Amino acid sequence: MSDINSNIPEGELTSKWTKYKSSVPLVNPSNKRTIEVIIVGSGLAGASAAATLAEMGYKVKCFCFQDSPRRAHSIAAQGGINAAKNYQNDGDSTYRLFYDTIKGGDYRAREANVHRLAEVSANIIDQCVAQGVPLAREYGGLLDNRSFGGTQVQRTFYAAGQTGQQLLLGAYSALERQIGMGKVEMYTRHEMLEVVKIDGKARGIIARNLITGEIERHFGHAVVLGTGGYGNVFYLSTNAMGSNVTAAWKAHKQGAYFANPCYTQIHPTCIPVSGDHQSKLTLMSESLRNDGRIWVPKKKDDNRKASEIPEDERDYYLERRYPAFGNLVPRDVASRAAKERCDAGYGVGASKLAVYLDFKANTERYGRIEASKSGIHNPDKETCMRLGTAVIKEKYGNLFDMYAQITGENPYETPMRIYPAVHYTMGGLWVDYNLMTSVPGLYCTGEANFSDHGANRLGASALMQGLADGYFVLPYTIGAYLSKEISVKAIPTDHPAFVEAEERAKGILNKLINIKGTKSVDHFHKRLGHIMWEKCGMARNEKGLKEAIEEIRALRAEFWSNVRVPGLAEELNPELEKAGRVADFIELGELMCIDALNRNESCGGHFREEYQTEEGEALRDDENFAYVAAWEFKEGVNFELHKEELKFENIKVAQRSYK
Amino acid sequence: MSTGNMNLTLKVWRQKNNKTKGALVDYKLSGISPDMSFLEMFDVLNEDLITKGEEPVVFDHDCREGICGMCSMFINGRPHGPKDLVTTCQLHMRSFKDGDTIVVEPWRAAAFPVVKDLTVDRSAFDRVIAAGGFISVNTGNAQDANNLPIPKMKADAAFEAAACIGCGACVATCKNASAMLFVSAKISQLALLPQGQPERYRRVQSMVAQMDAEGFGNCTNTGACEAECPKGISLENIALMNRDFASAKFVSEETV
Repeated sequence: MSDINSNIPEGELTSKWTKYKSSVPLVNPSNKRTIEVIIVGSGLAGASAAATLAEMGYKVKCFCFQDSPRRAHSIAAQGGINAAKNYQNDGDSTYRLFYDTIKGGDYRAREANVHRLAEVSANIIDQCVAQGVPLAREYGGLLDNRSFGGTQVQRTFYAAGQTGQQLLLGAYSALERQIGMGKVEMYTRHEMLEVVKIDGKARGIIARNLITGEIERHFGHAVVLGTGGYGNVFYLSTNAMGSNVTAAWKAHKQGAYFANPCYTQIHPTCIPVSGDHQSKLTLMSESLRNDGRIWVPKKKDDNRKASEIPEDERDYYLERRYPAFGNLVPRDVASRAAKERCDAGYGVGASKLAVYLDFKANTERYGRIEASKSGIHNPDKETCMRLGTAVIKEKYGNLFDMYAQITGENPYETPMRIYPAVHYTMGGLWVDYNLMTSVPGLYCTGEANFSDHGANRLGASALMQGLADGYFVLPYTIGAYLSKEISVKAIPTDHPAFVEAEERAKGILNKLINIKGTKSVDHFHKRLGHIMWEKCGMARNEKGLKEAIEEIRALRAEFWSNVRVPGLAEELNPELEKAGRVADFIELGELMCIDALNRNESCGGHFREEYQTEEGEALRDDENFAYVAAWEFKEGVNFELHKEELKFENIKVAQRSYK
Repeated sequence: MSTGNMNLTLKVWRQKNNKTKGALVDYKLSGISPDMSFLEMFDVLNEDLITKGEEPVVFDHDCREGICGMCSMFINGRPHGPKDLVTTCQLHMRSFKDGDTIVVEPWRAAAFPVVKDLTVDRSAFDRVIAAGGFISVNTGNAQDANNLPIPKMKADAAFEAAACIGCGACVATCKNASAMLFVSAKISQLALLPQGQPERYRRVQSMVAQMDAEGFGNCTNTGACEAECPKGISLENIALMNRDFASAKFVSEETV
């Protein structure tokens, strides 16, 4: 059924990567010095790749739209990073991490990629510790671990609730070291607007200097996009305000297939929306589910305060429905269960679109342990709560502070109110085993590609994938391509392909500035987000998706005739930046709905209401949909479907159960 | 859902670019909800300005959850506003009163030139890190992570220093525009860990030299930086940096 080739090496699953590494063609040091690689994005995937390629001797140019590479949105990841170290001696292994990830992804990821990810996971922890990343430790001086959803081992490494920050600062410092040595040229406050193709190969980019508005041409023997996910298509998400799909979308329009765009992750534990002014949503880390119990009142429309609802009138619905995994079921399952309870009328808080995440039981349990450690036998409840609160504070203090700051409530005293929110996108540019897109010489890493998480990503796996791609995978696989490019001299940027790409980019900017309509960019973005959340969000159906496609097309026409972008193109103009990004989100939104409509099954984060089991769980159709949907962009805004069949040779495909 | 009922007067620094002079401009806002973040209040202002055909206020912001370090407003004379231990994006309007006048300016320091309105150029921080804020270990050189036990106290202290988000509030609040809290946080993080020892004295010299070259001022121990730091980075880091700097000059064999 496949009409595209994923270039997975032959051989046993467990030896594919080792064999590949030892047989991949190399580029000798003197040639590396003349080969230029462009990296767009400076998050975990981009910064780690830029630093590593520069260490290897390549000439690297790295671009980010923020004022510093340290600000990429990887920085906001809270909970942790998985690695199959088995330091806890709880039965973990490369195979188990591989298995959990494939199962967590609802059997919609590629076996070979996921196994490779599990293999290199342990190296990531070693590398980060060597860089001075201060991961959490136990009193013996060794690294600590905690649990995350969808697994029964403790394989998650962390740095309080700031794991992403610490890992990114590690990659950033490695990148800055190379910048200081003159081996990476860093372009901050630059946004990629076009990919330049020459004879079918990616040979550079067009970027806009966001301060001056100047349009620049940059040549590279290869181009790598580590530009993150597209969750902001929903307007409200846990992504940063600037996170966008533009680089990936421009690549898509130049021939890179976009795979599984409908696979989006709605994270179960976010702070609920408080009003129409809301500009973004804030995640409360999944790690909180280690110690928090999720519940709603047993009675419908119960308006009592949480503290006034007695224990036997609370419904711990995750523990009830999924006794084996309880509060640590994967994200898609937890999110749908929260939506189910709220839709049925059991939601809490003013909006009724929230459930409780309650730490009381575990606070008391920790308090009892602490009391016993200090020789207090039969401690009273107050002592337990006091001692336990100190433990909770050490584990999650920054998250509790953030919650208090945003909501004005004290989570040490009352349970948190949480609700699902858009968090991560499993879909992205289609890449082969080498992380190369369908455009030769154009690579894609991290969240921006589609490859490792199937239809649902497990917690603490995004950081793992970003760093795996950048530190340990791409630096090998890109060599296979570049070894054939050693005779190509740097192409001057007055080449017609650069001129033409620049004209395309300028044409769009001028068009946006000159519409001079009546509605702001945010106005359109909010409307797009509303359509996507209502009709292509946590639950989808055929009727809604068809309506959404029509509504998005109408919105696109209205956007291009009535958006107002103040200011000029030749200056710092954030409204113009947003306008370009929203224009691309509108086109992507349509493709997401088309993909969701095409996939007549439910899997992971993609839940089609027509396809569910009697118990309301996702119902896959492996016979007809065990494929990657890779969409090709066609003239106008049209899309053609290509299929990559997913073969499961090492794992028995089963209905996913966490009961 | 919250409804907004606050009325505010804003005095906002407007400056077209780094070649022109700026000035405070008054704006009246009504219908502000106490549940809005400070930046969401600016979103409302900008939406108003765009509707009226005026240019919106340019300000830096990205994650809006207090960790990226991009937001940087000097509010009523304090970086990140009146609350301790929060960034501007995590400051909510419930910290203000109906009828308040709020003055909003950019970070002010010679090493942080204004780019436009409330946006400044903080690339000097990146150059200080590039001068030595790292451990020189190439990808693939690492041993097993647990081969190097690190006492929890040390690891925790290193983490506390590493919590710096590089926002620049310390520089903005310092009367000397000193960057010593920022620079010392990175130096401490790496000096506290065994991995950081081989380059310890080289690092402190290189980073301090770059800090001086960027035009940051000196430290006169007023402690404003610590008081205003949204992440609570401690002054003790500066003490450690000064000790290491002195040791490097007088004891270390390696001078940079």
